[in-house]
Amino acid sequence: MSNSIALHTVPKLNRLFRFQWEQAQEAYVLLYPEGMIQLNGPAGEILALVDGERDVQQIIAQLQQKFADAGDISQDIVEFLGEAHAQNWITL
Amino acid sequence: MRKTGSPCSGQSGLPNPAFGHEKPHGKPLWLLAELTYKCPLQCPYCSNPLDFAGAGAELTTQQWLDVFAQGREMGAVQLGFSGGEPLVRQDLADLIAGAHELGYYTNLITSGVGLNAAKMAAFKQAGLDHIQISFQASDADVNNMLAGSKKAFEQKLAMAREVKAQGYPMVLNFVTHRHNIDQIDRIIELCVALEADYVELATCQYYGWAYENTEQLLPTQAQLAHAEAVTNDYRERLAAAGNPIKLIFVTPDYYEERPKGCMNGWGQVFLTVTPDGTALPCHSARMLPLEFPNVADSTLKEIWDANPSFNYFRGDDWMQEPCRSCDEKDKDFGGCHCQAYMLTGDMHNADPVCSKSAHHHKIVTARERAETVTNAPDQFVYRNERNSRVFAKG
Repeated sequence: MSNSIALHTVPKLNRLFRFQWEQAQEAYVLLYPEGMIQLNGPAGEILALVDGERDVQQIIAQLQQKFADAGDISQDIVEFLGEAHAQNWITL
Repeated sequence: MRKTGSPCSGQSGLPNPAFGHEKPHGKPLWLLAELTYKCPLQCPYCSNPLDFAGAGAELTTQQWLDVFAQGREMGAVQLGFSGGEPLVRQDLADLIAGAHELGYYTNLITSGVGLNAAKMAAFKQAGLDHIQISFQASDADVNNMLAGSKKAFEQKLAMAREVKAQGYPMVLNFVTHRHNIDQIDRIIELCVALEADYVELATCQYYGWAYENTEQLLPTQAQLAHAEAVTNDYRERLAAAGNPIKLIFVTPDYYEERPKGCMNGWGQVFLTVTPDGTALPCHSARMLPLEFPNVADSTLKEIWDANPSFNYFRGDDWMQEPCRSCDEKDKDFGGCHCQAYMLTGDMHNADPVCSKSAHHHKIVTARERAETVTNAPDQFVYRNERNSRVFAKG
């Protein structure tokens, strides 16, 4: 379950996917063989920090700093990473 | 999805569509570059036009790179290198490199014939993202019979292993039909053994060469139901075993009661450029009595935004009954115009796959024939230059 992701876990993009900013769609996207997932704002911001080096705690800290007015977003981030893992977009 | 047919045969008197103004449409996210019609195989369900032998000269390297740049500018993000067999193009690595530099996700859609480890490494170096290899069957005899080639199967196996060894994502594509669909368990086992990431179990779509061979290709309802059940069973077992392989099962629309929302709508997402530079809203559209533009004469933006043929089936002004008053028209857009044209003679008709169509009995008749036909592969019309020249002459 998403809540079980430990804060020291280092998520990594699944090698099947390519992550990039698409200016024409003004969105981050995940590209895979013959397909594309257009990510919403928060999902894009989170995945932009998934680089196989930062752990979950560092990702949370960085986003918390960037979106200081948003309140506590750590639970949302952990939940999204759980969903991204379930979708096979990232490995943990 | 698939391409077919003879080009505009001089029909006239069609209603003149709105010219020069934009109709609502999306971005051409998917650009399919059919680099060449040349191919070492002869599959009797090929989506290329029947008269490919009569097509004009192929676009040059520079022309293709220019098309890719224009497409990218308009928001295209997926680029498919297809054909024919795209490996026949000696400039393929240059085209991959150009597309990669522009930021495309690049897909090589190949039979694997003509591929080797060195080429694959060069393509990787150039930035190729993914390789899809098509198979005709799970064993050499059926595969080679359908491919019209004695050595194709061993080569495909070797290349599939090499794709994985080089770290590419791999899609294996099996076109299924009455001659191979009963082996679907062996097809899936083979894909698992080859460590495919995605498997397309795509039943033939009856356009182009496949339409000529419908009788020898269309499976029975029982064959289809069996194949789908076996696939679902494998999906469950593979998922339970933690295998991330994705099995994509495509049913033939001949066994549906409602048409597919073809290409996600005409001129909405998908843009094909053929070897001679003709721009099409789908691979099959060239068969329709419409004039399609060439990338040598117009910019891609002019073509996509305002060309009368690209506008032709956008929106629902073109619709007749039963589509016009149908509450599902925003879902399937009237279905496939090529199928309507092939089976009813009028591309404005509802796709006869729809049970509301006055021509639906033609689909029902094809299903009934599938129950009585004897498998006779010697009756296949194979896709090759010789047969194509017959169609090109008309």
